[in-house]
Amino acid sequence: MSELRKISRREFMRRTGQAGGGLVFALTFASACTPAEQAVGPAAKASASVAPNVYVNIRNDGIVEIYCHRSEMGQGIRTSLPQIIADELEADWDKIEIIQALGHEKYGDQNTDGSTSIRKHFDMLRNAGATARDMMIAAAAAMWDVPADECVAREHAVHHAGSGKSAGYGELVDTAEGMPQPENATFKAKEDYRYIGKPMDTVDGLAFTTGRAMYGTDTVLPNMLHASIERCPAFGGTVTSVDDTAARAIAGVADVIRMPEPTSPPMFNIQGGIAVLASNTWSSIEGRKALKIEWDRGENAEHESVAYKQDLIASASAPGTTVLSRGDADAETHSQHEAVYYTPYLAQAPMEPPAATAIVNEDGSCEVWACTQDPQSAVDTVAATLGIEKDQVTMNVTLLGGGFGRKSKPDFIAEAAWLARETGRPVKVAWSREDDIRHGYFHSVSAQYFRAGMAEDGTTESWLQRSSFPSISSTFAPDVTGPSGGELGLGLLDAPWNVPNLRLESCDATAHVRIGWLRSVCNVFHAFGACGFVDELAHMKGQDPKDHLLDMIGPARKIDPASDDAKYTNYGQELAKHPVDTGRLSAVAAKVADMAAWGRELPEGHGLGIAVHRSFLAYVGAVAEVSVDEQGKLVVHELWLAIDAGTVINPDRVHAQMEGAGIFGMSLALHGELTTKDGAVVEGNFDSYPMVRMSEVPAAIHTHIVASDAPPGGVGEPGVPPVAPAIVNAYFAASGKRIRELPLRNAGLT
Amino acid sequence: MAIEFELNGKNVKLDVDPKMPLLWAIRDIAGLTGTKYGCGKALCGTCTIHINGQPMRSCVLPASAAEGAKITTIEGLTEDGNHPVQVAWRELNVAQCGYCQPGQIMSAVALLERIPNPTDDDIDEAMSGNICRCGTYTRIRKAIHRAAGDKS
Repeated sequence: MSELRKISRREFMRRTGQAGGGLVFALTFASACTPAEQAVGPAAKASASVAPNVYVNIRNDGIVEIYCHRSEMGQGIRTSLPQIIADELEADWDKIEIIQALGHEKYGDQNTDGSTSIRKHFDMLRNAGATARDMMIAAAAAMWDVPADECVAREHAVHHAGSGKSAGYGELVDTAEGMPQPENATFKAKEDYRYIGKPMDTVDGLAFTTGRAMYGTDTVLPNMLHASIERCPAFGGTVTSVDDTAARAIAGVADVIRMPEPTSPPMFNIQGGIAVLASNTWSSIEGRKALKIEWDRGENAEHESVAYKQDLIASASAPGTTVLSRGDADAETHSQHEAVYYTPYLAQAPMEPPAATAIVNEDGSCEVWACTQDPQSAVDTVAATLGIEKDQVTMNVTLLGGGFGRKSKPDFIAEAAWLARETGRPVKVAWSREDDIRHGYFHSVSAQYFRAGMAEDGTTESWLQRSSFPSISSTFAPDVTGPSGGELGLGLLDAPWNVPNLRLESCDATAHVRIGWLRSVCNVFHAFGACGFVDELAHMKGQDPKDHLLDMIGPARKIDPASDDAKYTNYGQELAKHPVDTGRLSAVAAKVADMAAWGRELPEGHGLGIAVHRSFLAYVGAVAEVSVDEQGKLVVHELWLAIDAGTVINPDRVHAQMEGAGIFGMSLALHGELTTKDGAVVEGNFDSYPMVRMSEVPAAIHTHIVASDAPPGGVGEPGVPPVAPAIVNAYFAASGKRIRELPLRNAGLT
Repeated sequence: MAIEFELNGKNVKLDVDPKMPLLWAIRDIAGLTGTKYGCGKALCGTCTIHINGQPMRSCVLPASAAEGAKITTIEGLTEDGNHPVQVAWRELNVAQCGYCQPGQIMSAVALLERIPNPTDDDIDEAMSGNICRCGTYTRIRKAIHRAAGDKS
């Protein structure tokens, strides 16, 4: 077998069209898409190279290899990360080659979630480029025997003005080899940036448009088995009995294997089920259909989302645990208004369902190709699943056909690794759409209770918000009974409202499905409720909703939730560097209102709605223009989004993320809902779990990036939260009807 | 049983169960992975290919439907990736994750062959079978207009 596997590896390289050349990192998709390859042809011309750090390798053929250690799932990180390094390195864009890094702790944090790729790594990436530049300068200075501070790096070369000498980076490799790796370097001034802040084309554009881009589901290994796994309809249930006679009779089916039983808590572990392995995908699907399985649905067999909704609303409607308090939110006021907002379970539903391919070698080591957002977590999970050491796991990261939080969880990778060991053959596990929608880690269902106390003139004097939802923590720990502090930090604890009396409470909820991250996470329901309720207060007061929103935010100030006894984590960043700045929040609200020409006369039946929210250290304002026809059908005519994300690297990708957030927000506002019956998710595919389609897309999604020199904030997620409340508020403006539950299709509006 | 057809300009003979969906025959048997799975029920358009010039969802078509037909996948659209639709897609940086884009491009090419200068309504009608979870729709609209020769 070992010989076969060695052949397999070479065969795999051949089949994926790679030169090999020792660069195993590049196997999966450093294809014809990179600028370097377009410029100079495939790699492997170089005979030597020098690596100033793990992110940069400079070859003596002049090509600079840049290792992208973050996962590409559509946010454009394979373009924007090299922009930062290449800029500080003074590298030419057409002489770089982007290599997707393996999952390995030497790269530092690779967990591509929380909109962190730029905001947490900007300085580190600048340093990687700048120290590499200094190494080239040091090499040139040594070669010419001149002081380093008389040399400058520019356009992929080092120059010495005094002697008129110049040397390209490739020519400096031999001298640089063996020189100490510089640690800290001076960063370029903003006015000297060549790539940072510029709208660079997507480096994978050619691969994306020709079918050459390689995703998790595209890995092919010789002698590979395709696995399809039938899992218990209810989370945590187990197999009582299985008859696989008919399945084994299907042509192409090679084996039927019972998966390890589910664990509690589930974490990223295999969740049981019966795997059918076959020589091709279709045979594995057909074999799976032929299985006869009796299930014990387990302790969640009674879970019904209709009843659970009422439980959540009851939980949020009663006093919970106070997590922030100032003044006295119970103080008597002239009048009061209360409301409950509700949002359902959602599935991330990336267009590429989870998929992973693994091979276990004779020495017990395992190599994996997977569409993972979190390569090191995938390494850890595979090592734990197989009982091997982390350094025995090689984790190749493919492109991700969408992630949205689903692919932060490597359960599907554990399945592939375990089956590869069981069968002794390479195994690809590819989830079907139904698997993805029914067996995922779902965005949490939530109830939000609001109570405001108003003065006689309608001014809000007190604000009480109670948040109830089953916690992501339940996925990782036993006996979790309600929201975690980290989750409450996602759009609740940094409430920007300028009211003297404010209390925020956390209310219990028990999980009956696996709960996980979805793009912008708890900000979805915290912003939906709060921005809807603020709009209600505007209309009760008789004030323009935009003016009222700005009044509610109040004067520009920096909020520290700790001063109101809250434990606020600020997305893992210091408030000193990334304050909760109500001035920036108001500014994006005012800007987006201007963009939409707020206050203009609208066609009959049209309405404008506004919402604004800070998340992941960025500020986004949204306006929607909607209309409702006589049949009650809601149309979103246009969307406007303004973001202040501080310093941005690639404005074109930021615009794209805002456009995409508009659509993602529309999908969850109009259509998104998972329901459960007898513990099982009822919906299964895009007929029952619809997405926004072209016919529903607004005539335009206008986006604006606020110019800012502030440190970078997040981009991938912050656009989502304000979209749904802007639409609901616009619907109220158009119809006079208030919607407090998503999705809108349940109100007959789509 | 063997099914013979023309795949991206080459005659091929695939030894597959005639009931196997064409998507899996193309991906697993012919080894062309550019055509993607998204739903398996002709709901999302990710698997769109051309059969005798018509856009079809390969995930629900049996392989037997290919017998004697001329089939084009994203890999066979052009040799160099420079079909006007592909070029427009790159000029406008349409793709985000890129996964649905082969299907989007195949649908767009078929639309332009049928209607060389489509209106937004034409585009909405022709492209509503193709889901993009990243939400690239507004750029897809612009790219189709651009490929049609309207550079505005």
